[in-house]
Amino acid sequence: MKINSVKIISLLFFFLSAFYLYTAHQIQVFSFDENAPFNAKTFPIYLGYAGMFFSALKLVLPDQKSVEVDAKYLEFKKTILLVLAVIFYGFTILKVGFFLSTSLFLVFSYYVLGERRWKLILIFSFPFVAIFMYLLHGVLQVYLRDPLLKYIGIIG
Amino acid sequence: MIEGILIGIKTALSFQNLLMVMIGCFAGTIIGMLPGLGPMTAIALMIPITYGFDPATGLILMAGVYYGAVFGGSTSSILINAPGVPGTVATSFDGYPMAQQGKAGKALAIAAYSSFAGGTIAAIFLLIAAPSLSKVSLSFRSPDYFGLMILGLTAVAAFSSKGNFLKAMMMCVFGLMLASVGQDTLSDIPRFTFNTMNLSDGISFVLVVMATFAMSEALTIILKGNDPTKAAKQISLTELGSIKLNTDETKKMAKTIPRSSILGFIVGVLPGAGATIASFLAYGMERNFVDEEEKEKFGKGSVQGLSAPETANNAACSGAFVPLLTLGIPGSGTTAVMLGALLGFGIQPGPRLYETNPEIFWSVIMSMYIGMVVLLILNLPLIPYIARILAVPRTFLIPMILFFSVTGIYLMSFNNFDIFLMIGIAVVATILRLYDFPMPPLILAFVLGGLMEENLRRSLLISDGSWAFLWNRPLTLCIMIAILTIVGWQIYNSFFKKRL
Repeated sequence: MKINSVKIISLLFFFLSAFYLYTAHQIQVFSFDENAPFNAKTFPIYLGYAGMFFSALKLVLPDQKSVEVDAKYLEFKKTILLVLAVIFYGFTILKVGFFLSTSLFLVFSYYVLGERRWKLILIFSFPFVAIFMYLLHGVLQVYLRDPLLKYIGIIG
Repeated sequence: MIEGILIGIKTALSFQNLLMVMIGCFAGTIIGMLPGLGPMTAIALMIPITYGFDPATGLILMAGVYYGAVFGGSTSSILINAPGVPGTVATSFDGYPMAQQGKAGKALAIAAYSSFAGGTIAAIFLLIAAPSLSKVSLSFRSPDYFGLMILGLTAVAAFSSKGNFLKAMMMCVFGLMLASVGQDTLSDIPRFTFNTMNLSDGISFVLVVMATFAMSEALTIILKGNDPTKAAKQISLTELGSIKLNTDETKKMAKTIPRSSILGFIVGVLPGAGATIASFLAYGMERNFVDEEEKEKFGKGSVQGLSAPETANNAACSGAFVPLLTLGIPGSGTTAVMLGALLGFGIQPGPRLYETNPEIFWSVIMSMYIGMVVLLILNLPLIPYIARILAVPRTFLIPMILFFSVTGIYLMSFNNFDIFLMIGIAVVATILRLYDFPMPPLILAFVLGGLMEENLRRSLLISDGSWAFLWNRPLTLCIMIAILTIVGWQIYNSFFKKRL
């Protein structure tokens, strides 16, 4: 059996299913429900077994249609930076507010992806977000939480 | 039925709903045109917006987005040989050669007219089939529904996973696992919440769709270093040539459209088959129907070679709504997203939808037709302008997708936890995508998870814990035989044809 990334993913899925099955058995059900034909843990238990069954099959059976992914050609740096930017965006969107955090997220993302035309970067960040906010908050009456703009007095 | 149709027409033709169809078609065309972003991403990005409207309007918007995205996919297939969705791969076989011959406008017109005709014929079939099937499906019991859901998942895994059946089944189980997080619907017992209040209500459907489609697609594009708009920079998107068709071309299309529509609709109704298989089958069928001279033109810019898959994929899109509207069971990833959105509106599709919410049932069907008219009238003349979206650089495109994904979740929950959970699922989905683990089975399973458990619960309680309910009723037995045939065929392939 040749070990490749698909097999490793299948192995991880096998462990995930085993953990899921273990956790399913730990679900506390009402005492009168314990021996019922169906209770809160019945379906998850079957799912755990199904996950282990399919991942075990994938591990054991030959992988005829192999997927070759050459790590050399993957842009990890940009992807990781973008993921970190989204995480940071997630942190700040409620604290700082929608307008500033979104605009800064867009500026950073454009830059990370290689955009250097600052005029376009600025147009498609701050004014773009302002128009988007106006459409949502002003026209469609969708509530947008923005402590900063509220503090300044721009939105109510 | 006539009364229902009139209700549907009235609802669909209200100013607001008409506007929504137009916006949906337009937005769907733009998103569907971008290679890699299909109807599921388009609908996923629209869901948070639709929750601001009443159910009928929200669904009409999504139906418009769906058809717009399919049409947009055809446009990128024809213009830059980069199908936006798998359902339009066959379109590029003859559409792209036509564009290379300087007949891009004509190819787009053939695609638009074929889509319109295929969609119209299929909408008529849907109009006739849906109410009749709704009445039939009233006799279905919990074991039948449970069996049908397993059949749907197995069929999607078998037909849409390009030979990766086991990977698709793993994704089905993963989707069901995600759906099981949160309080049990009957007993309110928390499951897999790890003492976190944030998980007690379960994982939001929109979050999973956004993470596995919009966000992970954007991350995959970056990770692979793809530039979906690269090909568009090499051609002129403004000089597409005439969109007028001559008599000979119209005659050829008139022969192709009816047969491809029927084939497309039937394939669309089958769970898991969908637009991709319909378009390939129609292409193959058409090649066998034409004379030797025309057969030679296939792959080099044949009118029938372009018309057949385009007609079939649109007919299949309408056909896919039959199981969704009549049984409440989606047969494809896209209709699964629609079902999730419907459940979000508090509407349970199924045989009773026809009686309880006739305005939704009929207005969705009518809006599909109106959507196609909009696509034909508005999009075709505007294509040279809309096509410029293909030239939007990825440096702007990707951040916008990420922004819409995060904003969608932020607007729904105002909760950081949901945003981080979405990022986590998106990263996992990106890695899985890299190794060809299909995402549509995951979404279908996630949407069906709750319903499956509910029907299994009822079946087991009625049969006092015995699994004999799987073969006690002839209908359930037939469904189980179909499931076993699909699984058996896949296992046979794995051992003897080695295709797993």
